[in-house]
Amino acid sequence: MDITVENVLKTYGLQRAVDSISFHVKTGEILGFLGPNGAGKTTTMKIITNYMIPDKGVVKIGGKSMPEYANELKRHIGYLPENNPLYDDMPMLDYLEFVAGLQEIPKEKIDERIREMVRVCGLNAEKHKKIGELSKGYKQRVGLAQALIHDPEILILDEPTTGLDPNQIVEIRKLIRELGQHKTVILSTHILPEVEATCDRILIINKGKIVADGTSENLRKQAQGQDMIKAGIKDGDPNEIFKALQELPGSSVVDFIDRNRNRFEIQSKPDHDLAREIFNLCVARKWVITELTPVETKLEDVFRELTMN
Amino acid sequence: MKPIWIITKRELRSYFDSLIAYILLVLFLAFSGFFTWLFGSDIFMSGQASLRSFFSIAYWTLFFFIPALTMRLLAEENRSGTLELLLTKPVSDRDVVLGKFTAALTLIIISLLFTLPYVITVSSIGNLDSGAVFCGYLGLVLMSAVYISIGLYASSITSNQIVAFMTAIFIGLFFHILFDVLASSFTGLTGEIFSFLSVSTHFESMARGVLDTKDLIYFLSLIVLGLKMAEDSLAKRNI
Repeated sequence: MDITVENVLKTYGLQRAVDSISFHVKTGEILGFLGPNGAGKTTTMKIITNYMIPDKGVVKIGGKSMPEYANELKRHIGYLPENNPLYDDMPMLDYLEFVAGLQEIPKEKIDERIREMVRVCGLNAEKHKKIGELSKGYKQRVGLAQALIHDPEILILDEPTTGLDPNQIVEIRKLIRELGQHKTVILSTHILPEVEATCDRILIINKGKIVADGTSENLRKQAQGQDMIKAGIKDGDPNEIFKALQELPGSSVVDFIDRNRNRFEIQSKPDHDLAREIFNLCVARKWVITELTPVETKLEDVFRELTMN
Repeated sequence: MKPIWIITKRELRSYFDSLIAYILLVLFLAFSGFFTWLFGSDIFMSGQASLRSFFSIAYWTLFFFIPALTMRLLAEENRSGTLELLLTKPVSDRDVVLGKFTAALTLIIISLLFTLPYVITVSSIGNLDSGAVFCGYLGLVLMSAVYISIGLYASSITSNQIVAFMTAIFIGLFFHILFDVLASSFTGLTGEIFSFLSVSTHFESMARGVLDTKDLIYFLSLIVLGLKMAEDSLAKRNI
């Protein structure tokens, strides 16, 4: 099932939490929802799951629009809300049974699904405890289990890896990747490596508006514009090297990183193979290259550039 | 229908797991038993085989116990955020309200069932009017349902249980006694209107053994109104 969000607007008082955003998520796509705190990620997710009704705009899932077909569509959604609210006074297995009942899983299949969830989410060691007695990581797994129990076609996960230890984070990411092959997944996070590790596509949202949309490579390229190269060159006078670098046909801006150790940062002009030019220059002048690295713009930089100001 | 039942089952289990149910049962039976059998204008003073004194005691004990039962129902879900989980399942706002309503009402009916020994005892002493007893119990159930729906509404407008409790008592007081007081201080149409609005007017007539459609309509419309308001305030998601 695909998800289409069209011109969705939601205001809290005077503040526009979500400001006329539109996007489309294809079936089987894992979409990472990025944004600083208070950007409107959670509100958008609440609207997609029909917990909130938008002031304007439509959410369509599998071609059907949300408030009208809510009860039918909600069956296909697995949702893990922010802060993972659970009934603390309920034993974990009873809780999963309760959710399975609400999701209208046939009675004879409930036990099987619960066993499956206990296995997939690694709950076996703590399965007879009350939810309130569990550690944060286990609670998070219970939250995931309740979202997955009816094998939904759409998964909406609001910060799924908070509170997990590094091993669990790797496991959960792997699980999301696996699930994402057949399901449509939207996950929000502000952990950037997580998006790069799990998501097919990234949506960056700031102050209720989408500011970037694409794969992580695309976003990097967009933000970067031209290639950058870090070069370290020995056996020459720094100023002479600096000048020679500036005169290269492919270089636009040259900067010292470290004057004492002759390290430079050179920005290339479009459609020039700057690395080759630097290499040839050094061969001709008999300088020794100690370092020649392409600088990759990190997703962090893209994120900061788009969301600061 | 099914989600309502699942929610009811969970609520009932939570009442019994958290001891609220047992505390309610013990306190309700202790209060009503003490005042019915041992103290004040008890059953032996009236010189009649009748449960009128029990009904008037239960009329007050239930009034105070019900808000304590209902205050948690929606306010707690609001506070902890579990409401969001519940409502993003294939469950409508109405299912949630009705499920919780049924759970609280079931608990009240259970506690009323524990007073059946009173009926047996009194009927062995003298000639008990079984119609009046039935009407009295029905009146108690309907009155409880009214206060549960008011309590649910009070619980839906806040995420603080104490506020929910106070609001329920405050709204309840009007129906329980204030309209009656107002009715006696006005004459003519105004007096009649206040008298009609008062729960006590309708409950008294049922406790006497008179089953009138007017009373039934009164109780049912208050129940529906309370539940509808709870549903509407839940739909706002504004807490």
